[in-house]
Amino acid sequence: MRKLVILGGGTAGTMMANKLAGALDLDEWRITIVDSSETHYYQPGFLFIPFGIYTLRDVRKPRRDFFPPGVEVVSSQIDHIEPDKNRVILAGNAVLPYDYLIIATGCKIRPDEVEGLVDEEWGKSKFEFYTPQGAETLRRFFKSWEGGRLVLHIAEMPIKCPVAPLEFLFLADSYFTEIGIRDKVDLHLVTPLPGAFTRPRAAAILGDFLEKKNIHLTTEFGIQRVDSEKKALVSWEEDEVPYDVLVSIPTNMGDECIKRSGMGNELNFVPTDKETLLSRDFDNIFVIGDATNLPSSKAGSVAHFQSDILLENFLDHTDGRPMRAKFDGHANCFIESGFGRGMLIDFNYDVEPLPGKFPFPGVGPFSLLEETKMNHYGKILFRWMYWHVLLKGAELPLEPQMSMAGKRP
Amino acid sequence: MPTTTLAGRTIELDADGHLANLADWNEEIARELAKEAGIEELTEDHWKVIRFMRRVYEEEGDAPSIRRLTKESGVDTKTLYKLFPKGPAKKAAKIAGLPKPKGCI
Ligand SMILES: Cc1cc2nc3c(=O)[nH]c(=O)nc-3n(C[C@H](O)[C@H](O)[C@H](O)COP(=O)(O)OP(=O)(O)OC[C@H]3O[C@@H](n4cnc5c(N)ncnc54)[C@H](O)[C@@H]3O)c2cc1C
Repeated sequence: MRKLVILGGGTAGTMMANKLAGALDLDEWRITIVDSSETHYYQPGFLFIPFGIYTLRDVRKPRRDFFPPGVEVVSSQIDHIEPDKNRVILAGNAVLPYDYLIIATGCKIRPDEVEGLVDEEWGKSKFEFYTPQGAETLRRFFKSWEGGRLVLHIAEMPIKCPVAPLEFLFLADSYFTEIGIRDKVDLHLVTPLPGAFTRPRAAAILGDFLEKKNIHLTTEFGIQRVDSEKKALVSWEEDEVPYDVLVSIPTNMGDECIKRSGMGNELNFVPTDKETLLSRDFDNIFVIGDATNLPSSKAGSVAHFQSDILLENFLDHTDGRPMRAKFDGHANCFIESGFGRGMLIDFNYDVEPLPGKFPFPGVGPFSLLEETKMNHYGKILFRWMYWHVLLKGAELPLEPQMSMAGKRP
Repeated sequence: MPTTTLAGRTIELDADGHLANLADWNEEIARELAKEAGIEELTEDHWKVIRFMRRVYEEEGDAPSIRRLTKESGVDTKTLYKLFPKGPAKKAAKIAGLPKPKGCI
């Protein structure tokens, strides 16, 4: 029996388990998937929790419901990988040998990496919404907040879902308008980037949206520390941005098990070939999703496009054929823009997000880089698609490679 | 491709305004790029960072992040921001004749 071990049963790991269980001969292959938690969270839903649009119950399901039959599920903490010995060491020293390994351990926020962020004010005047608990704490706080200066800051790039901070502010604008206190709320985005987003053309358009919605923008702010007493962000150049309420997107890092394995870069992301998704250092290890160091967005849609590529390459590689599929960095993100509207961007390593129609040229139904009601429905539908189509590894009517059809360069 | 004149030569730039060809770079060009970025004089600490960036780029194909610069270049973050105000990783990459770091997506 050939042994395949998948580390992490989140978005990417679950998709790969389903795809490979369907494609491999299970008399020949033994597939094992390891995750330490029993609950699968729909992370894009965290964004909606602070504003009472989703509850925690709307975004979680038992992880096991999404694993296919015939795959062995191990519920355990991964301690480290020993890539030279082709084995994984679990908590309690259990040993899991493999012939092939897929790393899908994702990434998480690290508030402890931002000086002065975590202290007695954490959860009182300083918040985050990248974890279910953080999003829920913020919801409770907003229920009785009467207004003031709300600053959202991004500590350093890359972060998962680079549009989520913008969406948060658009939804805040909409939410505080609806509850009648928008005139008492000052919204502010503080970012280390030179603009509102990572890509210049989309940054210009999204920057205009911020202005239209009266959201202030401070760019190129490299955070040195948070001063809780003064209630201010302090940059390395000693510039200060005061806040009443801080919503932080702290440093995002790969899991500590990658560090313990000596396999990560300075942020514990695993060096990965940007086209084949094979580890740069080990010929029997693939890496997918947020765990990679690829210059593509860290998003569920990206993990989905990667999963199509990884499936093909896994089959080629384990059969001794050259790998033919190439990942092009394709990302597709709905951007919730408040008041029941949304935007959509579609791009890859080389092509900027462009305006146009998606996925059918001229028809849509979705509009790229434009605010429409249809795009909002797309985002809302995405949750259903996530649970029922994406995780199960079923086909979507979308090619993994980005298409120029329908786009206006 | 856009071009510019640096140290008396016509030099090709990429879409981000960085040098299009690694080989066009030399120390004189670095000094002129620094002036354009508002840095009047390149000190030994500036050079330390620039050389580190070029070495990482040549070995790995991407310029290092600020976090990596702090850990490995021998210059701490505070100093990095003094040497290259605003985005040090981005600014130092430009002066070092490298493309914009891909790390920030
Ligand atoms: C607020 C927010 C909004 C988002 N919005 C969007 C969106 O609109 N669209 C979009 O496409 N994406 C969005 N994303 C991003 C998306 O959720 C992630 O990119 C996606 O889930 C990545 O999948 P993954 O499998 O790489 O990581 P994950 O799904 O995070 O899975 C990693 C798994 O590995 C397990 N694991 C890690 N380390 C260990 C260990 N040592 N031992 C055992 N198990 C371990 C974890 O328990 C986890 O289950 C959003 C994310 C957030 C936080």
